[in-house]
Amino acid sequence: MGPVPRVITRLERPDRIGAILVRLGIGRGRYRVAPGLYAVGTPGPESPVLVTANYKLSFDSLRKELSGLDAWILVLDTKGVNVWCAAGKTTFGTAELVSRIRAVGLEKLVNHRKVVVPQLGAPGVAGHDVKASTGFRVVFGPVRASDVRAFLAAGMKATPHMRRVHFPALERVVVGLVEFANERKTMAQLACALFVLAGIGVDVFSFSRAWLGLWSGFAAYSLGFVAGNVLTPLTLPWLPGRSFSFKGAVAGAMAGLGVLALGVPGLTSAGLWLGSVVAGSWYGMNFTGSSTFTSPSGVEKEMRRALPFQAGGLILAVILWRFGLAGL
Amino acid sequence: MKGLRYIEGVATLSLDQEACTGCGVCREVCPHGVFGHGTGKASIEDLDACMECGACALNCREKAISVSQGVGCARAIIHGWISGGPPTCDCGGDGGSTCC
Repeated sequence: MGPVPRVITRLERPDRIGAILVRLGIGRGRYRVAPGLYAVGTPGPESPVLVTANYKLSFDSLRKELSGLDAWILVLDTKGVNVWCAAGKTTFGTAELVSRIRAVGLEKLVNHRKVVVPQLGAPGVAGHDVKASTGFRVVFGPVRASDVRAFLAAGMKATPHMRRVHFPALERVVVGLVEFANERKTMAQLACALFVLAGIGVDVFSFSRAWLGLWSGFAAYSLGFVAGNVLTPLTLPWLPGRSFSFKGAVAGAMAGLGVLALGVPGLTSAGLWLGSVVAGSWYGMNFTGSSTFTSPSGVEKEMRRALPFQAGGLILAVILWRFGLAGL
Repeated sequence: MKGLRYIEGVATLSLDQEACTGCGVCREVCPHGVFGHGTGKASIEDLDACMECGACALNCREKAISVSQGVGCARAIIHGWISGGPPTCDCGGDGGSTCC
């Protein structure tokens, strides 16, 4: 094995700027760390081995907690995906951990036979299989990197609090921001559809009506988008119901009242408001994927109930909006 | 997670207490405190808190736990419906990744 790169435990300006960009969905696929072994401080044969993913946000959140400590960091190749998501698809998994332990010759590097794996890696890493294949015992560390120091100080013992996933308001909003970049294509397609639908009529095509339809429709969509992707995550515990599509619809119904300020005819306003409700419901439902407590069985159940309402609501919204614009 | 509970009565988690040896690993890996904290064998104390991540089943050496493992993500389920395959999110891999 060659020299081990030593990493610093302080995040610098490029790390912070990169983190903001990647949260907004910009350059996400490139935000990776080379898999392999890293050193923090001056680790020796007794130093702990901490396993993480090669998503730079995961790697950074771990290293910044380790100032003053001597430790090894073993980075798995998860194709630039965070620990929990990667564990769900087993790229952060038993096979990768076993082969990475072998590749870096971990048994020659340390005297102990333990690797600390983040608890959220457990859906992909079978501790007993890693032990059987490599002789290394998997010790599941805390959920949050911020608890790693206390976990190590306590002799690799996690308190029940460290073992639980929490989902505070700031975190909920931050993970929703990525939709602003994800939905760029949908937004462009929607704009084209609104323009064409509003423009065509018995008078062949009216540019003034197309323009009115475009900006009013897009304004209503944007209200629903913000309702589903920002308002719903922020107020998640207080919105009524369990289903995210319902919570999103409620947020969309409130945010959608903003269409009254557009000064468009009554029928159009009604259609636009309904459009906001549908968009809020749709994006709220999609937030299940970013949340930390929804089960696939539950999401499927809620989708089977919500999708007919969303589809019906969308059709009705388009009809009201288009008739309200007049000049068929 | 106060105030953050999901739809009840749907989780596919089950535990075979006969096969359980009480090693405690399921309690350790569960991020939502589904399993009981008593001594001896494991018990399911809060089934509706289960998000079906599969950590407990994978790490149960005795295979006493079964759960239909997956991600609770609408986008993944739509993807599964369209492709006819299992639900998968488009998180990661090369190109556009949408994971947090």
